[in-house]
Amino acid sequence: MRISAATGRILGRLGGAARFAAVVAFTFLGLLAITFFIGRVVPIDPVLSVVGDRATNEVYEAARKAMGLDRPLVVQFFAYVWDVLTGDLGQSISTGRPVVQDLIRVFPATLEMATIGILIGVLLGVPMGVTAATRQGSFSDQIIRVLGLLGYSVPAFWLGLVGLAVFYAGLGWVAGPGRIDFFYDGMVDPVTGLYLVDSLIAGETEIFWNAVSHLLLPSFILGFFSLAYIARMTRSFMLDQLSQEYVTTARVKGVPEWKVVWRHAFYPIRIQLITVIGLSYASLLEGSVMIETVFSWPGIGNYLTTALLNADMNAVLGATLVIGAVFIFINKMSDVLYRILDPRAR
Amino acid sequence: MAVTYRDWLLDDSPSSRLQAGLGRSYRVSMALARNPLAVAGALIILTLILMAAFAPWIAPYSATGQDLTNRLMPPSAQHWMGTDELGRDIFSRIIHGSRITLMIVTMVALISAPIGLVVGAVSGYFGGSTDRIMMGLTDIFLSMPKLILALAFVAALGPGIENAIIAIAITAWPVYARIARAETMTFRDAEFIAAVQLQGASSTRIILRHVLPLCASSTIVRVTLDMAGIILTAAGLGFLGLGAQPPLPEWGAMISRGRNFILDQWWVATMPGFAIILVSLGFCFLGDGLRDVLDPKQENKQ
Repeated sequence: MRISAATGRILGRLGGAARFAAVVAFTFLGLLAITFFIGRVVPIDPVLSVVGDRATNEVYEAARKAMGLDRPLVVQFFAYVWDVLTGDLGQSISTGRPVVQDLIRVFPATLEMATIGILIGVLLGVPMGVTAATRQGSFSDQIIRVLGLLGYSVPAFWLGLVGLAVFYAGLGWVAGPGRIDFFYDGMVDPVTGLYLVDSLIAGETEIFWNAVSHLLLPSFILGFFSLAYIARMTRSFMLDQLSQEYVTTARVKGVPEWKVVWRHAFYPIRIQLITVIGLSYASLLEGSVMIETVFSWPGIGNYLTTALLNADMNAVLGATLVIGAVFIFINKMSDVLYRILDPRAR
Repeated sequence: MAVTYRDWLLDDSPSSRLQAGLGRSYRVSMALARNPLAVAGALIILTLILMAAFAPWIAPYSATGQDLTNRLMPPSAQHWMGTDELGRDIFSRIIHGSRITLMIVTMVALISAPIGLVVGAVSGYFGGSTDRIMMGLTDIFLSMPKLILALAFVAALGPGIENAIIAIAITAWPVYARIARAETMTFRDAEFIAAVQLQGASSTRIILRHVLPLCASSTIVRVTLDMAGIILTAAGLGFLGLGAQPPLPEWGAMISRGRNFILDQWWVATMPGFAIILVSLGFCFLGDGLRDVLDPKQENKQ
């Protein structure tokens, strides 16, 4: 019996999806293996930190058994995977709460900053890249190149400090570190955890603008790094398209230049751009670690660095796991979107 | 004399490996010299190396000597970049700090590039299930956030330069494995490989003597381009207090100390930042230039 062409295509698509799911699952498992390994090589003996260093051998052994550390490593690893899957990342020794609860509490702060950051990066970076490509060698093209290089060579934390010194202390254009002025703290009900949204829901415009003023500088600095990357990639995608023959044809036909650029040349690169934007959104989450430390921004990056300095390993591994998982998820999602949207990649 | 050194170097049929190698380096450096940015990059890195080598003779003051009567002095003729909270000369500390930066990038390159090269070459040369397993592992590492992983590794190993180097190297090798594999795939079925196989050479010998040298140029390009990222990660670890420990004049750690004075004594935190930017830019310039000469097809893969 022959399978019809349509069934074959669907089966092929399903097979591709299954393979893709397997790759994603293995990547997550790899992430778990790495955090498990890191948790194991820590020089701090987890048993000693529970029983204290004066415990007798019997007490020590009993505690070791109770904590499940006498089991083979493979069994411990699967127990760890099970814990993570059921949402148990252990207790944080510095906050005394389950790490999962802490992470849920701090995540919106990071999400808000990274989202505004990527918006800045896309809204400024894409037009800049297109302009640079249409006027190759011009002044604006040079600026894009310099910005692109600076994006690779300026330390984010340094830019944050300089930004604070200039725009907060010097010019007074923006508010200082933190998400909101302290006297507004707790005045709005946390519905989403995103201050911009929450303050609008509560109808508190004053608080909204205060949050904006706090958000502006860190988001712009974070956005600068994605802007540099997005503009650079947009420029080179556009240069590829503009040298194609169909663009020349369109020009010969007398299509207006703006239409040649935005309609004919830009249209096909939007799919490639989605991948680029996805990648830089994921790396913004990573970049926020440094920025949050500089701006005392109570997000996941700040949580991670505070935990690092307190040797709070459960919190460190939990935050690493969440950032890693989100990073992998966004990466793979932009991959999927690319496949769905670009007929050539099917 | 009819035959000059130049003719000998550019000879189309070199009579020895040495002559061929020197000739190639000569062509590459001539091509680089025509690119002003690459020259600027090379000069910056050369300066960095000289600074590191002769730090005690160049630096006007000691890197750790305190002078509490002259704390937090603004930049002046005596102290070009001012002094920090313990009265130490920032310019001298930056010069001494170049040793740490240079050591970190060199060590990371020396650890991660060979690991990546071997993994990639073995994977590409043998193909089949070896390839699938090794590249599967590489891809898992490749899709992890590098900075976060480095942070977690340092948290586990404990703060310090050595551990920072190990942590960065662990996250840096997968890219080189990918590159080496892609290169190896292009010539694994070539006749010269078949010829060595027929002569009875072992796989180890083929990979070490015939495959790896051909992967070198694209790896060198990539390593140079990655240097800026390595410097930034190392400085970031230093800034968070996880890299070099005080009183070492590591640039990231210096910025972290200057954080407390950023509003009034801006020079303490900003000066080391300029050093980081300059050196990173140097590597970017040189890397871009090298890529244009050695590996033009890599253009957009940064």
